[in-house]
Amino acid sequence: MIAAIEQGRTRGIVHSDRAVASLEGVNKNYGTVRALRGVNFQVHAGEVVALLGPNGAGKTTAVKLLLGLMPPNAGRVRVFGGDPTNPANRMRTGAMLQVGRVPETLRVREHIDLFSTYYQEPMPAEQILATAGLEKLRDRKFGELSGGQRQRVLFALAICGDPDLLFLDEPTVGLDVEARRLLWDEIRQLVSRGKTVLLTTHYLQEADALADRIAVINQGEIIAEGTPAEIKAQTSGKRIRCITRLGLDRLRQIAGVTEVREDREAVEIHASEAEPVVRELLVCDAALSSLEVTSAGLEDAFLALTRESLSNGDRPN
Amino acid sequence: MSTATIALSNTTTERSPQHTATIYLKEAKYEFLKNLRLRLYTASVLSFPLMFYILFGLVLNANQAIGGMRVPTYLIATYGTFGVMGASLFGTAAGLASDRGLGWLQVKRASPMPPFAYFTAKVVTSMIFSTIIVLALFALGFALGNVRMPLAEFAQLLGTLVAGSLPFSAMGLAVGYFAGPNSAPPTINLIYLPMSFCSGLWVPFMFLPKVVQHIALALPPYHLSQLALGVVGAGSHESNATHWEVLVAFTMICLGVARIGFQRDQEKMYG
Repeated sequence: MIAAIEQGRTRGIVHSDRAVASLEGVNKNYGTVRALRGVNFQVHAGEVVALLGPNGAGKTTAVKLLLGLMPPNAGRVRVFGGDPTNPANRMRTGAMLQVGRVPETLRVREHIDLFSTYYQEPMPAEQILATAGLEKLRDRKFGELSGGQRQRVLFALAICGDPDLLFLDEPTVGLDVEARRLLWDEIRQLVSRGKTVLLTTHYLQEADALADRIAVINQGEIIAEGTPAEIKAQTSGKRIRCITRLGLDRLRQIAGVTEVREDREAVEIHASEAEPVVRELLVCDAALSSLEVTSAGLEDAFLALTRESLSNGDRPN
Repeated sequence: MSTATIALSNTTTERSPQHTATIYLKEAKYEFLKNLRLRLYTASVLSFPLMFYILFGLVLNANQAIGGMRVPTYLIATYGTFGVMGASLFGTAAGLASDRGLGWLQVKRASPMPPFAYFTAKVVTSMIFSTIIVLALFALGFALGNVRMPLAEFAQLLGTLVAGSLPFSAMGLAVGYFAGPNSAPPTINLIYLPMSFCSGLWVPFMFLPKVVQHIALALPPYHLSQLALGVVGAGSHESNATHWEVLVAFTMICLGVARIGFQRDQEKMYG
């Protein structure tokens, strides 16, 4: 079975049309703050999905709804085809959440021992310690660990029940590059064993490195969804900067142009391909000057996506 | 694809009673270890009643009597109440407020932990610390203050005081649900210290000003201390039934308040 999943785990393949976890038309408000608005989102068996967005976009809210930690204001949340608060579902789910303080006087192995007890068929302690890279730290008290080591303990607690579905909320936030790579390796190990993973992050690089599919979320709405390659194609392209007499509306009419912005005395044009756009620009405006073409970086692309959703929106916030 | 159908087929297997018992036991064990290793907790909760007892019961007034009762014996009942109250209030409220406010409780709630196990562990831990405090007070009194009582009487005293941990654990839950992680300890002190004084836990009840004596009648620690004093033969005029009724009613009110906090938390968890 695991082998079958493993074979199927090629990037971009949709593993099943049935969702393991889903949000259907979900709204979630905190008082007057609308954290999620009409979100439709699915996680399929055996895939790794990244929910990518800036801070405050609604990523953590989505995870908490899927974990049944709070109810939505509207819409439906389903996990394994049932209610997320169902104890049988919790038995098959693991979660790594952002925690301000974990009991510091308990040792690593004690934390793992306690959480393992909750599950019907926990992973053996040795295997948990090995998977999370904590063998040498087992007798340390939580309070004596570094930031990266603490994250690894939280990761260990998330996997100790050998869950089918794993939620990782900002697993590498605040970690240095090396600790981040370590945790990525650990996540990949799990993924290779056929787990379904929902990961939230505000690092595009992280989503790209780990996920089969990325959903970009901003201001409580999913604004783009696809394989990392599709997301990059949709958002990256080229950035053309020049000083021109042509109006913004005229520029927007050029085929292949995705976005036009004024940038001081110049304009900045985003396009999937630079050459056809530049050709037309030169034809239409002989006086065009200061032409620069650069490829939009990943973070740029992500910024463009979220900015786009902002300017298209009718919200003040 | 077969993987999907397997992933969606729900496991309906329930936990065996033994498994559930193991969870409750481990939850309590680690809650106890956690607090035992928290120097701030053990130092304040254990050392204050013991220090007061040594000072006022063994060093200063060892040969005096209160209403015909030797001071070292009398003060085991009152400082016992004081200790039980502190262990229970701090044991539940401080931990709960911190777990709740800083996200740890959410990690637990997202796991298949039976929610009741979490609260039970806190209450059981408070009762264990209460037992330790009463035993330590008695050991001091026995060794240094010549306190003697029949074993049955001592068992009853211990049982009464440890049962008295329940109302204060309930109160701790209520406070823990409404105080923030940083404000919980000072909030407890604000309740704990004046309540102890007014209930006659520091200065014996009959030496308190009349006004304070009237206030005491409304305070749970007064009723617990009177039950404990009753066991050693220095109780007040009210019947034991009255004391128990007040403590039970107080417990119910606190649990009700804690429940409101619990539900409020479910609704508006932010972040």
